[in-house]
Amino acid sequence: MAKFVLSVLVENKFGVLARVSGLFSARGFNISSLAVGETEDPEVSRMTIVVEADAKILDQVKKQLNKLIDVIKVQDLTGEDLIARELVIIKISAANTKNRESIIKIAETTGADVADVGKKTITIEETGDEHKINALVELLRPYGVVEMVRTGKVALQSE
Amino acid sequence: MSTMKGAEILVKSLLKENVEHVFGYPGGVVIPLLDQLHRESKIRFILTRHEQGAAHAADGYARATGRVGVCIATSGPGATNLVTGIATAYMDSIPMVAITGQVKSTLIGNDAFQEADIVGITRSITKHNYLVRNVEDLARTVKEAFYIASTGRPGPVLIDLPVDVQFATAEFKYPASVDIKGYKPTYKGHIKQIEKIAEVIKKSKRPVLYVGGGVILSGASEELSKLAHKTEIPVTMTMMGLGAFPGNDPLSLGMLGMHGTAYANHAVQSADLLIAVGARFDDRVTGRLDTFAPNATVVHIDIDPSSVSKNVEVHIPVVGDAKDVLRELTRLAEKPDVEAWHQKIKEWKKELPLGYKDSGELKPQYIIEQIQDVTKDKDVIICTEVGQNQMWSTQFYKFLKPRTWISSGGLGTMGFGLPAAIGAQLGKPESIVFDIAGDGSIQMNIQEMATAVIERLPVKIMILNNGYLGMVRQWQELFYERRYAFTVLAEDVHNYCPDFVKLAESYGARGIRVTKKDDVRNAVKEAVKTEGPVIVEFMISREENVFPMVPAGESISNMLHGLA
Repeated sequence: MAKFVLSVLVENKFGVLARVSGLFSARGFNISSLAVGETEDPEVSRMTIVVEADAKILDQVKKQLNKLIDVIKVQDLTGEDLIARELVIIKISAANTKNRESIIKIAETTGADVADVGKKTITIEETGDEHKINALVELLRPYGVVEMVRTGKVALQSE
Repeated sequence: MSTMKGAEILVKSLLKENVEHVFGYPGGVVIPLLDQLHRESKIRFILTRHEQGAAHAADGYARATGRVGVCIATSGPGATNLVTGIATAYMDSIPMVAITGQVKSTLIGNDAFQEADIVGITRSITKHNYLVRNVEDLARTVKEAFYIASTGRPGPVLIDLPVDVQFATAEFKYPASVDIKGYKPTYKGHIKQIEKIAEVIKKSKRPVLYVGGGVILSGASEELSKLAHKTEIPVTMTMMGLGAFPGNDPLSLGMLGMHGTAYANHAVQSADLLIAVGARFDDRVTGRLDTFAPNATVVHIDIDPSSVSKNVEVHIPVVGDAKDVLRELTRLAEKPDVEAWHQKIKEWKKELPLGYKDSGELKPQYIIEQIQDVTKDKDVIICTEVGQNQMWSTQFYKFLKPRTWISSGGLGTMGFGLPAAIGAQLGKPESIVFDIAGDGSIQMNIQEMATAVIERLPVKIMILNNGYLGMVRQWQELFYERRYAFTVLAEDVHNYCPDFVKLAESYGARGIRVTKKDDVRNAVKEAVKTEGPVIVEFMISREENVFPMVPAGESISNMLHGLA
């Protein structure tokens, strides 16, 4: 099964997220990630949904989404030129002084931000596409990940 | 500008939608609304004896008339009792507006007395639903609800109305039109696609029209008939499509699928062109998918894009209203060379007709034939419950007109028939309305006898009593080595429970029991003559089965024939 990126414009109304997520669970569709926020029009929100599906299921996902009254537009961004970003915040174990230096070095080299430095941990923040985030996580993993959070992908089509 | 209370705004809005009948049941948080309805003489409120009865009655009303059915229930258990009725309407695309009371806005989420998150509960069984938080939004919400319920692919819409919103006041302005950004149904089919269909029709040798409930919802029976007769393409119907095309027309193949006619199934399996109209390739129709209509070019005409290529790969899809598309298609289509095809179908019809063994016992199939024969000069609506009673009705009653067949298809809801018959009778007072029932399913909403008696709705309840949950028993007989696990409602004919004749009488209705074949016609005539509701209890042969039958999950080529 491949991953597909859908950009879905929805009414910015109470309960819309539940309608969309309920649709996926009721019909057995797989969501890899879902991010939602306001658009330039405060009455409209944009959901970026990464779906795991084959072509036939993807077709149904799009049609079923379109069928929801609160869904205004479904755009399939798969294969398009995208500006796609994720955000990661990752808290690394750093009680050891030597490790502290290496971690900060990794952040500097990769262009990630050091968001917080504590006695026992250092927290790194990074925005970028999926590959960039994955690479950073892999670089930091050997030092001991205490906690990590990643947003779902948000994306727009590039001009 | 004067203001009015939410309850009054709702009732005024119902009047704007030309609502004349509302089915419902009272409760704490709908008192303000019902108080307002009570004062409105143009709307008749039908007090059912259970909220489920109200939902099915609104549904039956909608199916019989084509109008939007309306039901009302209170919060909590009242609302959850509507759920089966709403799901039934949703699966069969029936236009309905369900209005539920809700606890005070400030109490929502507090596990208040009789609180249930009915908007959450019904999200996946409604076309859309609303919680009205502000009285200013109420009129627009009602307008949208009726619009959404009745347009595109119809379906139920629920409005949840907190009790404080019923008291709050606002100006009453009913919107003239609706504009919903995310809801613009497509009615007009793409002409290029329709031209393609005309092309494949011309070249086809073994075409079949496979039509469903969408043709009835769209009011496209006449257009369908014109197309079929111009092209001489035989027509098979889904259960929901019965009545869309006259069952006695030489081009009719009757119903297809699990309990369809052998000739309909053989025709579909041999077809080189299958034209689906307002049907959705349900599993009860297709059987095993990868063996369904293996040689056919598949055309699918449907108003709901999500139905297209959902189960079966479609070669020529057309999204649009059946009426519009069929009209265009009839204009363009030419009659293909189908003489040999008709010959083949004639052979199948001769070799494998529908039938039953006339053993001298009281046979359900015979009863259904007699119901039709005795009333053949009258306008009749047949409602059913679910199970063998329903399948025998599809096979042995020849439906001639749309909206004369009312039965729960997609959800298969036992207990649907009696309240649906009540709704249908109210919507069509001149028609003779039957509920063909089993002794199992009739008991699921038997309390609605009181509604029928008190509201003077003379429905004719024909119970085919075999003392079993017959359809499940049939599966147990055929596939579970006759282990009748929990399907025995009566051990023997002397222990039938309840006595339906006495039960009818206790409600103030008439009860008739028939044990002999010779008495069937007279009993039906008596029932029709009786002014009020009647129960006729037919003590049928107990282990009669519905044949032909395609075992679940098998190819529709593999039919079991009980008579062979």
